[in-house]
Amino acid sequence: MSAKLMQGNEAVAEGALAAGVRFFGGYPITPSTEIAETMAKLLPKVGGTFIQMEDEIASMGVILGASLAGKKVLTASSGPGISLKQELIGYAAEAEIPAVIVNVQRVGPSTGQPTAPSQGDVMQARWGTHGDHSIIVLSPWSVRESFNLTVKAVNLAEKYRTPVILLMDEIVGHLRENVELPTADEVEVFPRRTPKKSRAEGYQPYEPDEDLVPNIANFGDGYRIHVTGLIHDETGFPVGSPKVTENLIRRIHEKISRADDIIEVQEIFMDDAEFAVVAFGGTARTAYEAVKLCRANGLKVGFVRLITIFPFADKIIYELAGKVKGIVMAELNYGQLVGEVRRAANGQCPVKLCSKYDMTIFEPEEIVASIDELVKEVSGS
Amino acid sequence: MIERSYETFFRQNRLPHLWCPGCGNGIVMKAIVQAIEKKGWSQDNTVIVSGIGCSSRASGYMDFDTLHTAHGRAIPFATGVKMANPNLNVVVITGDGDCTAIGGNHFIHGCRRNIDLTVILFNNNIYGMTGGQASPMTPLGKKATTAPYGSIDRPFDACKLAEAAGATYVARSTAFHVQHLVKMISDGMDNAGFSFIEALVQCPTAYGRRNKIGDPAKMMAWMRDNAVMKNAWDKLTDDKKNGDKFPIGLFYKVTEETYNESYKHVRELASN
Repeated sequence: MSAKLMQGNEAVAEGALAAGVRFFGGYPITPSTEIAETMAKLLPKVGGTFIQMEDEIASMGVILGASLAGKKVLTASSGPGISLKQELIGYAAEAEIPAVIVNVQRVGPSTGQPTAPSQGDVMQARWGTHGDHSIIVLSPWSVRESFNLTVKAVNLAEKYRTPVILLMDEIVGHLRENVELPTADEVEVFPRRTPKKSRAEGYQPYEPDEDLVPNIANFGDGYRIHVTGLIHDETGFPVGSPKVTENLIRRIHEKISRADDIIEVQEIFMDDAEFAVVAFGGTARTAYEAVKLCRANGLKVGFVRLITIFPFADKIIYELAGKVKGIVMAELNYGQLVGEVRRAANGQCPVKLCSKYDMTIFEPEEIVASIDELVKEVSGS
Repeated sequence: MIERSYETFFRQNRLPHLWCPGCGNGIVMKAIVQAIEKKGWSQDNTVIVSGIGCSSRASGYMDFDTLHTAHGRAIPFATGVKMANPNLNVVVITGDGDCTAIGGNHFIHGCRRNIDLTVILFNNNIYGMTGGQASPMTPLGKKATTAPYGSIDRPFDACKLAEAAGATYVARSTAFHVQHLVKMISDGMDNAGFSFIEALVQCPTAYGRRNKIGDPAKMMAWMRDNAVMKNAWDKLTDDKKNGDKFPIGLFYKVTEETYNESYKHVRELASN
């Protein structure tokens, strides 16, 4: 396939189709609308379904229903719409329904600055819905990676039967780059899990497999299963017992925390690095430029990009903090993920926040200035 | 001996149900499976989708693929099931609070799309599961824990709402009029499109008791005495349509293209 100029948002739609997504439910909102528009155009061409719902709550409900009926599903929104989706993101976590939710972040809270970029939803992505739950959050920094991570998000949602948040931002969503996309047969696709037992053999829809993930039948496959948002046992039916409650909550956490194919981190210039800049999403592009400027000035700075935001790369950040003299965390918000970095660093080195929340993106020099300050602070002590 | 073939449509190991003694929900649940039996729908090819509340617990007792969703959200989930696999028969069970308060927007948009669902609203005039709060279908002046001096919120007529929003089959019956109720539901299942059936049920615990309407039998006698068949209702002069009197029967039926059919055209246009 020849190179094509496209937006991050369009690459998400292309990635979704390549991963086998055949159902999209959505509601218009800036700056994510191009994903819905692209899906509306492309899905019916491949026998899929696009539906514009009455609100973002319904958009979540419709994709969860479609997922239970056997389709791979995706929805996309931003800020206020993502807040509305939280209710049923929790349902997907509890009832273990595969679904991908794309959040093209804009400035909040509330209506905020609808057309301006932000990374202010990063902790909401982890904890937005109520109750103890696990979740997977991925964040791309380029148009090409928007395609790749959408495929990965769909595959992880299917493999672990969990909601996955693709945490975009307006920078990457509206960025246009020349990209060469893989052909369909070059894309690795994880198929829908299927029951390993018949009803006669005592099939239980929520009985966990060895990887702690249940093989839940699709509606219409003859298993007559029950799905609920209530705490349930292996049969899928609600049970009001402490043991069942504890077991379910532990299992939906551990199926993700035990997995070794979710966390992905990119490291550049780290071999001899004395300091490191940690960043993710669109901000990582600027952070990388800042690191290169430092290197040009002879400062040994490395670059660490979190591709998987949650589950958090605790071990990688802990080891990083043991190796360098200090870390700069650059994020386009008042300071959110820096708390996770400090927790994982566990006091081994200082973690300095480089934060911005004025609706504009970072300039490389602003991150360089943070690095310079950190170097001074460390050498002065 | 009474024929009890409908019992095969229940998950016997999940019974008895959790509803209060004298509750009307079981009557409507039975009417639904009798309508399904009459239609000859396969248990493996029928999905029951419900929201949250007393009525919505019915899905767990019924031996089909069943989906107990979140409060008010049954219709969006059901829409997803039907669009993803149009071969499935999809029935929605909801309550007055679930359908017309928190799920009100989804309800009118389901009607508007004419998505092929059979939606049965169990109207007990109250939030039963949470202990008797006023719903959008609590009659004026009736008491609830959140309307201790009587409700001042004008109630919805869910049937008029459904018709105005675009449902293609609209009917009402009661837990007293069992044979009629089964017919209203199975006729709704015959309609390709959004079919809405309001089933009035007695809630002696959270509604009847507080409003001194009496025991379950008296509440059912009230349904018997006040429900007027649509044909007779239409002949009444306005001054006779007074007091507690209300119409039951088929209110509206029209043939319109279903949402699944319409989307087939979209696929054809997109492929050309």
